Amino acid sequence: MREALTAPGSAWGFLARKRGGIRADWTDYVTYAYLIAGVVVMLAPVLWVVLSSFKGEGNLTQFPPTLLPETIESVTVQGYDRPLSLFRVRRDDGTTVTLAQVRRVGIEAQMVDPAHPEAGRITVPVDRAEPVRKFHIATENYTRLLTSAGGRIWSSIYNTVFITVVATLITLVMNAMAAFALSKYKFRGSNLALLAILATLMVPSTIVLVPIYLIVSELGLVNNLWGVILPVISTPTGVFLLRQYMLTIPDELLEAARMDHASEWRIFWRLILPLSTPALAVVAIFSIMSRWNDFLLPLIVLNKPEVHTLQIALAGYTDENGIQYGMLLAMTTLTALPLALGFIFLQRYITTGIASTGIK
Amino acid sequence: MKGFEEKAMGVLSAIASLPARAVEPLMVLLQRVLGVGRLPWVFLLPNLTVILFFSVLPILINVLYSVTGSDNLYPSERHFVGLANYATLLECGDYLDPSTCSRDLFWRAVRNALVFVPSQVVVMIGFALVTAIALNRRIHARGFFRGIFFFPVMLSPVVVAMTWVWLLQRDGALNGVLGAFGLDRLSWLSDPARAFKWSIFVTVWAHMGFYTIILLAGLQSIPADIYEAAKMDRASPWRVFSRITLPLLKPVLLVVFILCTIRSVQTFDEIYVLTGGGPGTATKMIVHYIYETGFAVMPRNYGLAAAASLMLGVVLFLFTALQMKLSRKGQDA
Repeated sequence: MREALTAPGSAWGFLARKRGGIRADWTDYVTYAYLIAGVVVMLAPVLWVVLSSFKGEGNLTQFPPTLLPETIESVTVQGYDRPLSLFRVRRDDGTTVTLAQVRRVGIEAQMVDPAHPEAGRITVPVDRAEPVRKFHIATENYTRLLTSAGGRIWSSIYNTVFITVVATLITLVMNAMAAFALSKYKFRGSNLALLAILATLMVPSTIVLVPIYLIVSELGLVNNLWGVILPVISTPTGVFLLRQYMLTIPDELLEAARMDHASEWRIFWRLILPLSTPALAVVAIFSIMSRWNDFLLPLIVLNKPEVHTLQIALAGYTDENGIQYGMLLAMTTLTALPLALGFIFLQRYITTGIASTGIK
Repeated sequence: MKGFEEKAMGVLSAIASLPARAVEPLMVLLQRVLGVGRLPWVFLLPNLTVILFFSVLPILINVLYSVTGSDNLYPSERHFVGLANYATLLECGDYLDPSTCSRDLFWRAVRNALVFVPSQVVVMIGFALVTAIALNRRIHARGFFRGIFFFPVMLSPVVVAMTWVWLLQRDGALNGVLGAFGLDRLSWLSDPARAFKWSIFVTVWAHMGFYTIILLAGLQSIPADIYEAAKMDRASPWRVFSRITLPLLKPVLLVVFILCTIRSVQTFDEIYVLTGGGPGTATKMIVHYIYETGFAVMPRNYGLAAAASLMLGVVLFLFTALQMKLSRKGQDA
């Protein structure tokens, strides 16, 4: 029996076989049970949101909810302008018949037989009727989201993309410059400068909200996208990561460039920057992630709808009277999509980046 | 795949060096005027300027705000009140009963944090550790499982909160599943105790992957031959865990513990969107109090917000200092 279960080729045998061909023991079953349970807990909520975002209005408010997006099947019946919804109706003798609903009055519904509309309307108690459902992907949540309120969502998308791209580019150049100075020059005060930069780790933005707001407003940048870019472009961990990487670049390369009369700036951006791409990629990924997801600073600095980022617009959706779950779900999906796609391609960089620095 | 990654990085660095081309003439001039010896400071200038304006100055201004009154934002319009803001925050008839405090919301937030932080940290590290150990075993599809546990870290706090709002609403999926087992619908987020537990669960769900990755790296740095030796001695799995894994993982665990605590104390985004701090004040955290006092509730009380920020800052500073001390110790060992 045991041999049969673990025989190569069978699916069970594949799972039970350990890497390296050693037979599995109970700890392996526990491990897989835990991991598979984890997949369900981690993945199901997000899949549920994505599935729900493709549900039509009636399907969304239905309880118990349907797993897949569905809609009530409808037919065009002769003599009626609009398509009529189909219902499966239980008759007194236990048999069922499929009828089209013309209208509903209280607990009774008037229906016609779609095959014989000329036979006239039949009155049916609603608790006897069960709608006929079919799988149907509704894209109306997305189309409404992208077109409603004069396409306000597009300005949120633009703002978020602008902040993310501009802040990341500046972060890369600025942090690389500092890292270059701190790794390739010996000068008095270099340790002090490094310490000053790293010490800012001790000042999380949550505890300097009021003064940052004051400075941003003194600079005239309240309700301006630069107001959420400037405070965050210097990332101490980015400087540190880049500096550690640049230390591994041999100094002889710089000397050779200097022999060729290259200016220090040219050495920086023609030699050091290209050689630091792996570290720059990690810093870029983390910067994009943080800027795309920023919430607290935009919340206090960007108050007008036209400067809202996606995150602020999404969070604000709950405040409007009558939450429109359809659009909310579509927006949630759209907001998460770019990073989710990026993650699929860049998982290795992200996880090794975290493992080696303990930052995000 | 590899080709794509390299291409993407090439494009990134090409774009990143565009502004660099523009400033070249200026930098060449500066090099000539200042000499190579002073040039590093030019390279450091942008960073140090940002740090001065958005890290150093804010701390000083925070101190200034915390000892001045009035709801005016501009320091020149504010009058000195000494330690009155701190006194107001700390004034309490009975510290065990927030309703006797002059700023009862602050104390409710503190009390919430005192329960939230330890619970969240324990649950978070517990699950992260179990997951890391599972992922460190010889398993199939390790990359897939690691990705699944990690991906919520990429989601924004707002997306995370919205996802769970949708799942936990009255007609939501969770109640649907319960209904399938013949159970009644529950309101998960409008009951104080349940909302608090869900706040812990949702934040753990969102951030667990981050700590899992750090712990996994720690586990992978434990030499394999130690485990081989234990296997020779036919040590039980529990013994291997308690005598080898745990002691060798201790330095990493400490770092994770402190990182997690520092973040936990500052929890705001997810809960703000998930429950709005409610029902009532059941899930209001300290940063939420600072945000409300300084920005959301009129008249804005910048002084109180600054005083609360500084007190939170001291707590965070102590944790960070502890972390630095411990990680240095870990490097020496």
